[in-house]
Amino acid sequence: MLLTLLVIVTIAIVRMRSLFGVIALSGVYSFLMASVLMVYDAVDVAMTEAAVGAGVSTVLLLAALHLTKAREYPQPRPAAIPLLVAVVVGVALIWATYDLPAFGIADAPIHKHVAPHYLQNAIQETLVGNVVSAVLADYRGFDTFGEVIVVFTAGIGVMLLLKGRRQGRDGREGDAR
Amino acid sequence: MGAVQNFFDHYNYIATIVLMVAGLYIVIARGNMIKKLIGLMLFQTSVYLLYIAPGKIIGGTPPVLDPNFTVYSNPLPHVLILTAIVVGVATIALGLAIVSRIHEAYGTIEEDEIFAREEQE
Repeated sequence: MLLTLLVIVTIAIVRMRSLFGVIALSGVYSFLMASVLMVYDAVDVAMTEAAVGAGVSTVLLLAALHLTKAREYPQPRPAAIPLLVAVVVGVALIWATYDLPAFGIADAPIHKHVAPHYLQNAIQETLVGNVVSAVLADYRGFDTFGEVIVVFTAGIGVMLLLKGRRQGRDGREGDAR
Repeated sequence: MGAVQNFFDHYNYIATIVLMVAGLYIVIARGNMIKKLIGLMLFQTSVYLLYIAPGKIIGGTPPVLDPNFTVYSNPLPHVLILTAIVVGVATIALGLAIVSRIHEAYGTIEEDEIFAREEQE
């Protein structure tokens, strides 16, 4: 199953030391994730994940690798405490999931709240057949506006950080001359 | 028998949590900052899965209205996660920019070497 494949890729990511390999594997991971989302009927999310997760993030990671030219090497770091923390968190979370309703049943609480309203009235109220688009752009338009602000702020941040870098390098070169 | 049934009913959540914990482990245990950010990415994507999975109805179709279908999966988690994916990639981009600045300032992106240099100065 796809989820098992995802777990295997994740373990490979944890164990691999070459950063280039890790970035390639994270692209594989994103495409597998998109396939899983497709199976879960989330077609819009799957498309976004394939484009943004596998495309844009991989390009960004490769660009960062190019800028830093780094390679991860085995470190004499103690791994016992992080492993303990991770295992404890994992066991607690798995214990908690047994209170969730079983996967895929139609009368879970999540399907009883606002979702039926969206599914029944979206076509009359917004004239959009794709309910995901209707909710994203119409019912929850302000959320999407907030998202745009977040992305804009992040873009400004990246621009300022990288611009300062270039000026710093120029300045140092000027001093050397 | 009940326990086995219960395990398969929740198998998707268990696999998701394994991904999440792997991301957490990378973030805590690895000193390389790009690797740390990839761990953060794993954690984020596993959260997407955790949100989308309860919205699925077995036998349902994607929430695109069509007269031939009556059962649709829940569209609300899809909307929330679409927002989260875009915000996530913005976060990663900002993190990578900071990493490249750290490399500029210290000549390394290994956490231990940076701490060692901080102590020398």
